Amino acid sequence: MITINPINARNWSRLGPRGTFGLDLLDMGSQDENLLVLSADLCTTSGLDRFRLAYPDRFINTGIAEQNMLGIAGGLAKEGYKVFCSSFAAFASMRSYEMVKLNLGYMGFDIKVVGLAAGFAMGMFGNTHYATEDIALMRAVPGLCIISPADCAEVVKATRAATLYDGPVYLRLTGKAGNPIVYQNEYEFEIGRAITLREGDDIAIIAAGRMVYESIEAAKLLEAKGISATVIDMHTIKPLDTSVIDRSLDKKLIVTVEEHSVIGGLGGAVAEYKCGLKTAPPQLILGIEDRFKKAGSYKYMLEQNRLTALHIADSIMERIRQQIRNGAVKPFSANGNWEKDLSMITK
Amino acid sequence: MMDRSRLAKIREMARRMRRNVIELAFKAGPNGAHLGSALSIIELTATLYGGIMRLDPRKPDWLDRDRFILSKGHGSLGLYTALSEVGFITRDQLFSFEEDGGELPGQPSMKQAFGIEFSSGSLGLGLSLGIGSALAGRRQGRDYRVFVLMGDGETNEGSVWEAAMAAAHYRLGGIVVIIDHNGMQSDGCNASIMSIDLESMWKGFSWQTVIVDGHNIESIYCALEKAGRQREGTPLAVIAKTVKGKGISFMENNNEWHHNVLTKARYAVAVAELEANEKNP
Repeated sequence: MITINPINARNWSRLGPRGTFGLDLLDMGSQDENLLVLSADLCTTSGLDRFRLAYPDRFINTGIAEQNMLGIAGGLAKEGYKVFCSSFAAFASMRSYEMVKLNLGYMGFDIKVVGLAAGFAMGMFGNTHYATEDIALMRAVPGLCIISPADCAEVVKATRAATLYDGPVYLRLTGKAGNPIVYQNEYEFEIGRAITLREGDDIAIIAAGRMVYESIEAAKLLEAKGISATVIDMHTIKPLDTSVIDRSLDKKLIVTVEEHSVIGGLGGAVAEYKCGLKTAPPQLILGIEDRFKKAGSYKYMLEQNRLTALHIADSIMERIRQQIRNGAVKPFSANGNWEKDLSMITK
Repeated sequence: MMDRSRLAKIREMARRMRRNVIELAFKAGPNGAHLGSALSIIELTATLYGGIMRLDPRKPDWLDRDRFILSKGHGSLGLYTALSEVGFITRDQLFSFEEDGGELPGQPSMKQAFGIEFSSGSLGLGLSLGIGSALAGRRQGRDYRVFVLMGDGETNEGSVWEAAMAAAHYRLGGIVVIIDHNGMQSDGCNASIMSIDLESMWKGFSWQTVIVDGHNIESIYCALEKAGRQREGTPLAVIAKTVKGKGISFMENNNEWHHNVLTKARYAVAVAELEANEKNP
């Protein structure tokens, strides 16, 4: 049994989310002989070499054929196996989307689709390899659980939880080797139960995946500017933990942050819940705007899309200034001069 | 060894099934039904359920049962009528076809208790599911066979060929694909929509192939009898030459009956034809 401690957290971060997933799946595989793993010619890239070498008869390479991979998974799951299928998120979620709808959704088979390198992690591979629509797609499939771990330690937690979960899961892995660390000690992880990482009075930032770390850092920047922010790791995007939103209804603003299109992702899920409430704070949806941009390195893409801590903090301050000017929120500031305090960090 | 009485039994079964297809389509009323593509597979499903497959309707989840996957889900009446014949479903259940919210919609919805292995309807997906079932059987040391029935037009789908190459690569000798080759698809003839040579395609994907008359029960029986018992080997594609709308003159080779509403007048003509054929087979 792998445990979370500062040394492991550091090692996993170096290994990156894919390698960490592979490592934990090896551990889960040793505990469950019914666990089978399928890959569409991305075994090594998926961090699955360890599993393949340890359990060659439980690893199936389907060639570069994601649709067939999901179909075969359906047949195996029907016969009682727990099946993991992994590929880059762009392909796992989109090339084989109909098979996900039918095999994981309609027929409800116990299949775990692992979307690797979601968001911009494929860097210079470009837009064909970015997965910025996958949450929207997967959310629309009835009965499908969607987990997006914040860091590599949470990849371990999520892989275990997904394995033990009796039903279909889409596991969305964001970031890359060198992922910043959010968790370095054991903690309780439960599917559908968000984790509040930081308590604040003014606003609530709800984030998923790699954006959790950026959100924590953004909250620190905001604190220096007189804004006190709660930060929530919404690792399970479906089913959404609505109780954590209920507890944030007294805030002046709810912010969602995701490495995904602003359409249909975490922001959409939170907004859909909020619109059914009598009163709720306004929401700022931070994510990838609705257009294809030129490709670049991971760092470049996060900058371009204003998804770094600095940009997140700036966007939040800008929104709060707007709300104060519109009279929606009373001026507030830790230091007494909100105009000065809420000036942009990056200016 | 050919068992004459068994063949006669399957012929009788097919005759009743064809009649039930017409009754069910009539009962479906304005919802209509996929008649042409159900009538073209009657002898195929009758032979499978009436003589080839290892089944026990009392134990629909029996682990050693042969698996049947109707990849061309729109041929559902060809499956439902067979399930009724062998006792997976009652006649009342059969006649719940296309009832609102019912268990037997126009395209099959997975229900093990009824002997329906998977949901289908969207084309090109059945063989991949079958590969999963066959791989599971091999892992468990079981010798069940997996029969996948698909349409000829269905083979336009690229996913069919992803699966075809994989089944041959994994040497899944327990898989038999049966292609309902009636030469027609939704928009017209295969030849004008997308002309492919099915036999060379399947051969090219390293499958064994055999061509049979898809309405000749003896011919179908001979092709399927020994097929697929070996867990390791070359998978088999049976190309069954059929007639879309087989058995009803105004439906035969007439794409208007791919999916259509059977009016009272047309129903009466169809029934009269079937009854006349029964008297003079």
